[in-house]
Amino acid sequence: MDRNMDRSEVVIVGELEEGKIASITAELLTVGRTLADELNATLSTVFVGNQISPEVASEAISLGGDKVYIIDTPLFKDYLTDTYVAALESLDREVKPGILLLGHTTLGRDLAPSLAFRLKTGLTTDCVELSIDAETGCLRKTKPVYGGNAWATYVCDAGHPHMATLRAKVIPPLKRDASRKGEVVHFDPQLDEATARVKVIDRVREEMPGARLEGANIIVCGGRGIGSPEGFKQLEELARILNGAVGCTRIPSDNKWVPASYQIGLTGKVVSPSLYIGMALSGASQHLAGISGNTTIVAVNKDPEANIFSRAHYGVIDDYQKVLPALIEECRQLRSSGSPGGDDKLEE
Amino acid sequence: MNIVVCVKEIPDPEIPASAFRLDPESKRAILPGGRKLVISDYDERAVEAALKIKDSLDSKITVLSLGRESAQDIIRHCLAMGCDEGILLSDPLFDDSDSFATAFVLAEAIKRKGEFDLILCGRQEGEWDAGQVGSGIAELLGIPSVTTVVNIEIRGGRVVMERLLWDGHEIVEVPLPALATVSSEIGEPRYPTFRKVREASKKEIPVWTSQEITPAKPQNRLLSLFIPSHGEGKCEFIEETSPEGKATRLAMTLREAKLI
Ligand SMILES: Cc1cc2nc3c(=O)[nH]c(=O)nc-3n(C[C@H](O)[C@H](O)[C@H](O)COP(=O)(O)OP(=O)(O)OC[C@H]3O[C@@H](n4cnc5c(N)ncnc54)[C@H](O)[C@@H]3O)c2cc1C
Ligand SMILES: Nc1ncnc2c1ncn2[C@@H]1O[C@H](COP(=O)(O)O)[C@@H](O)[C@H]1O
Repeated sequence: MDRNMDRSEVVIVGELEEGKIASITAELLTVGRTLADELNATLSTVFVGNQISPEVASEAISLGGDKVYIIDTPLFKDYLTDTYVAALESLDREVKPGILLLGHTTLGRDLAPSLAFRLKTGLTTDCVELSIDAETGCLRKTKPVYGGNAWATYVCDAGHPHMATLRAKVIPPLKRDASRKGEVVHFDPQLDEATARVKVIDRVREEMPGARLEGANIIVCGGRGIGSPEGFKQLEELARILNGAVGCTRIPSDNKWVPASYQIGLTGKVVSPSLYIGMALSGASQHLAGISGNTTIVAVNKDPEANIFSRAHYGVIDDYQKVLPALIEECRQLRSSGSPGGDDKLEE
Repeated sequence: MNIVVCVKEIPDPEIPASAFRLDPESKRAILPGGRKLVISDYDERAVEAALKIKDSLDSKITVLSLGRESAQDIIRHCLAMGCDEGILLSDPLFDDSDSFATAFVLAEAIKRKGEFDLILCGRQEGEWDAGQVGSGIAELLGIPSVTTVVNIEIRGGRVVMERLLWDGHEIVEVPLPALATVSSEIGEPRYPTFRKVREASKKEIPVWTSQEITPAKPQNRLLSLFIPSHGEGKCEFIEETSPEGKATRLAMTLREAKLI
């Protein structure tokens, strides 16, 4: 890559979800595999945490990795910026990766910028394409800018490692190959409690009714025009009938009609349902940035000029308050007469 | 309490995609006719967060912006909202700053200004959508950072912040000096009063250039900027006379397409 023998590893910062490899990490392994092959480099994944199950390492290898670093002490039980930055800084000194990739997740959004500045290198966040620049051998990092209205491609030709965070759900994960072999290295950065300047007093998980937004096959999404928490109760009713989840634009979350974790978009979640029903929202580019891939988009909006109609497949121009009760009734009847095509494939 | 807020001027992020144009020369967006640059909206929330502190605790709020001459306007807007002073960081040598160079110049300006307890940034500005300058300033100054903050409380020297997580939130205790990046859930920014707007229009806004602050070399180089194709979806409108009729037709259509 930079003709520097030291920098012969592509390192991914892995994430776990309920003890298992998170989907974003599988996606990073797919991208990482391509980059590492092109550079003839080793693809490594580092997991930072506490009591990490040994299966995690073998899973990362069967998903395309060559090597796994495990940083596992009680200090890393919960994510803290200071301890995680220090641990990865220490690993960077040891391994000297050429490329360092993270997910554009709650963790990556917080960790990657601090780490990049600590390592004095250039980071590009929220990338949707990563490749090797033929001319310079640098990592080419393409990301949406101006809320998604444009894309920009960057290279970092000053510092190392070349860093990026990857947007969720833009890359399909590789098929598992359990026959792959790899190396597992336990690494101890030798840090103590004093590393953490910020202390966590409490962590509160919000229960979401119905399916999880990230995995949902059908999403009913509400915007400013829903107008109240009561309006969202109706959307929840529709979502429940369809076995789906409820999402929102930034406005309902800002107004506390629903928890912030419902938000879809650039600063919210990235989702990839097969059906998305957007009600009383305008379809701002920052919101649409959160809907990936092959999603069929339905829009209900009383303004025929709303931007959402330029991206929607099916449109209803009307007041959602008049459309929604009838739609709920209709869907209830359809659902009680069975799932589409007779089988229950939509049930997750 | 000495509070510094960093704000940036950007093209209006709500410009509809159909009106969005790029200037290939400068590798920037072209403003549609008559539009002005606006304060990036998470930055305006950061100003609101600072003012909320000032409402209950004697504080001085300084606004910093790195930008062109025109960024004076957003600084004045912050003064009209209730901030105490503003400094514009402007020099042709700052123009091509990436996140790294921007954070560097802002951190140098904060050092030059002197005392500070709390630095507030937006979680992300709406031009490059990077979301990294805040954490960068904190690293460069060697102070802790807390990102996506939605509430700040100061209780007898203890600073407690609430920040967003993907499935909830967490409450953290932060030693000062510290930096926080603010998310929109902190609350709507207040409107300036007429009197404050008048006062702000008369305030002197010092400009610091590369004479005062050495620029940094960017880390990232922008190779290209382009408008992606979304493969314009053709929308099939559901036409019926009544809203109930539209709902029925929509449900039928989605069932036929095996989507519900
Ligand atoms: C840096 C940045 C990041 C951002 N990140 C996100 C993000 O992650 N997610 C996000 O959603 N936004 C995000 N935003 C905000 C985004 O730009 C928009 O402001 C927001 O998405 C608008 O939400 P909305 O469509 O609900 O509201 P509006 O744009 O106000 O649209 C409301 C729509 O509802 C329609 N309507 C009103 N009443 C009814 C009714 N009774 N029946 C039918 N239709 C009705 C109106 O015609 C209108 O089209 C971000 C902005 C910035 C600058
Ligand atoms: N040119 C600038 N002038 C002042 N503050 C800035 C500037 N650029 C970024 N910031 C601050 O850093 C935050 C994050 O910016 P970014 O990393 O570019 O998304 C913004 O919300 C601002 O608070």
